[in-house]
Amino acid sequence: MQIKNNSIEKFLINSAVPILFILISSIAIPLSKFSGIYLVREIVTRLTRDTFLVLSLLIPVMAGMGINFGMVLGAMAGQIGLIFVTDWGVKGVLGLVIAMIISTPISILLGYFSGAVLNRSKGREMITAMMLALFISGIYQFFLLYLCGSIIPIKNYKLLLSRGYGIRNAINLDTAGAFDRLLRIKIRGVSVSFGTILIIVAICIFTTWFRKTKLGQNMRAVGQDMVVADSAGIKVDKTRIQAIIISTVLACYGQIIYLQNIGTINTYNGADQAALFAAAALLVGGATVSRATITNAVVGTALFHLMFIVMPMAGKNLTGSAMLGEYFRMFISYGIVTIALVLHSWKRQKDREMARVQFRVNVKALK
Amino acid sequence: MNKINQFIKNFGWPRIIISIFLISLFIIGPFFGIPTDMSLNDVFVRFGMNSILVLSMVPMIQSGCGLNFGIPVGLVAGLIGAVMSLEFKLTGSAGIFTAFLIAIIIAAVFGYFYGKLLNRVKGDEMIIATYVGFSFIFFMNMMWIVLPFKNPSSVQGFKGTGLRVTISVQEYWYHVISDFLKIKITEHFIFPTGMFIFFALMSLIVWAFFRTKTGTAVTAVGSNAEYARAAGIDVDKMRIISVIFSTILAAIGIIVYQQSFGFIQTFNAPLSFVFPSVAAVLLGGASVNKASIGNVIIGTILFQGILTMTPSVINSAISIDVSEVIRIIVSNGMIVYALTRKGR
Repeated sequence: MQIKNNSIEKFLINSAVPILFILISSIAIPLSKFSGIYLVREIVTRLTRDTFLVLSLLIPVMAGMGINFGMVLGAMAGQIGLIFVTDWGVKGVLGLVIAMIISTPISILLGYFSGAVLNRSKGREMITAMMLALFISGIYQFFLLYLCGSIIPIKNYKLLLSRGYGIRNAINLDTAGAFDRLLRIKIRGVSVSFGTILIIVAICIFTTWFRKTKLGQNMRAVGQDMVVADSAGIKVDKTRIQAIIISTVLACYGQIIYLQNIGTINTYNGADQAALFAAAALLVGGATVSRATITNAVVGTALFHLMFIVMPMAGKNLTGSAMLGEYFRMFISYGIVTIALVLHSWKRQKDREMARVQFRVNVKALK
Repeated sequence: MNKINQFIKNFGWPRIIISIFLISLFIIGPFFGIPTDMSLNDVFVRFGMNSILVLSMVPMIQSGCGLNFGIPVGLVAGLIGAVMSLEFKLTGSAGIFTAFLIAIIIAAVFGYFYGKLLNRVKGDEMIIATYVGFSFIFFMNMMWIVLPFKNPSSVQGFKGTGLRVTISVQEYWYHVISDFLKIKITEHFIFPTGMFIFFALMSLIVWAFFRTKTGTAVTAVGSNAEYARAAGIDVDKMRIISVIFSTILAAIGIIVYQQSFGFIQTFNAPLSFVFPSVAAVLLGGASVNKASIGNVIIGTILFQGILTMTPSVINSAISIDVSEVIRIIVSNGMIVYALTRKGR
């Protein structure tokens, strides 16, 4: 009985954040006056759209590198792939597959670079990854705004700015919805795209399998303690780079899935927010900076987007100002990441202090 | 040869490259019809506008709290001060000093809690500061809508409630500091003496602070927290003092910026000050745990120089506007470079 109580307590502590979000949403849903069927439809759409991106964050967490804010690099690679496919006029699933093939080497390269940079800044990976994403975003803009259409040939004039070179700010995809239309089935008025869901399930299976491989075990060892892992003969730096490469490549596929659902690319501002929303979704699901599961990712995505849909409307109905709800959901997105980071860091500091006290006690005992 | 190598090592490659780039922009500028005095004027005015914001990085870096990515906390305090002074409808120096006073008080309170938070998360200050800053901006966005501001020039015209996105200070305290003792050197070059006196004053305060007993203790905490603790310094208290100091400087800095720019920018505007301010102090040669006033001066001149010169010169030279992209690459690249260097 004692143990059972404990496990309930543990469950409550671990899922404090999701429960809080369920509470917020349950207040906001009636206020927003949305119908149930509408909410279900929206959440199913958004789950198929976003889950893959959120899942791409899992492996760096396992390797002890925190939330990979550098997943934006992968997202940018994915966008480049989609832009080229749109230029060549390849349509449908084939187009998306080719986009993935083009962007895979780019994201491997970027992932390698990112991993190497992060190895030089151990202990502050998250801020470095975030700044790296902003830095690469500058190079990405340079590539698309000045090189495409002038040095790199772009045939489709619809993609180009009126001055003759540089990619437009918004691009309609020919490949829009290609994955979603595979095996789309209507269940009680809610259309579910089993094609995309199958891809997401595949990546879940991959992640679960990967944890059990030699490389996956090494990553967990590195995540636990780099020094111990190093003395156990694991190449720490190499393992960390591999974790980031996998995450970047997955983020690239994730962005392609996301964009084929949306149907248009917001060329220059689209990728920046990807990491924030993915990180917030993962953390809302009850993950921490050092522990994240597939369940966290899926539950988090559903809850986060439920709030995302409901909040602006609830805010508008409550106060008459649409902007208030908009700011509130941005505040919540940033706030949730802040709180999760603070809690994690605080816990680590407490652990360190405990270790120090323990050490003193041991020294005294020795004397 | 050794001396040159030593100089390069001390000065750092990024700074040398950017200095050469900036000087060459100044040299080729006149050939493309950009008068040198106008460029100089822009650089000096922008130096005055941004230098205090960059200076606000110094106390926190010195105390080992890292780069102050949470500068929006101070900026918001400054905005509150500015908007409040408009509420009282004060003009001229009375207006701007009221703004300073309110901003300093609010910044001290914000800084205290911000410092408390950062003490709980030692080692992760920078990423958490970034997110604290961002979430704080969006929290204040809601407040700007909700709080009952009355002055018609600051609230939205058609509704009468909620702040405007840009509030003109033209009728209140526009250029109060900029125009103080200004010297007109040529037609396009007006030297903003007041701004430089003000910056000198602020630098003097920072310089003097680090010579006091408390200031030395703050530096000691930054260079080696364990050693400082062993020497009987209250580490947490020193860190809080440095955070309050940084936050107050940021609050003052944004008001100085606004009086020169002519507008109070509310809502998302503070977002655009975060990375440029951090990048500027790093460009000046600061590292993640060491910064001086010299770094601030060199960094601000270089950074603002690039910012003003690249659009005008490169646009007229090759008629392509790459300045925005160059700004993003230089500022963020600089921060990444600093983060990857082994500190201490």
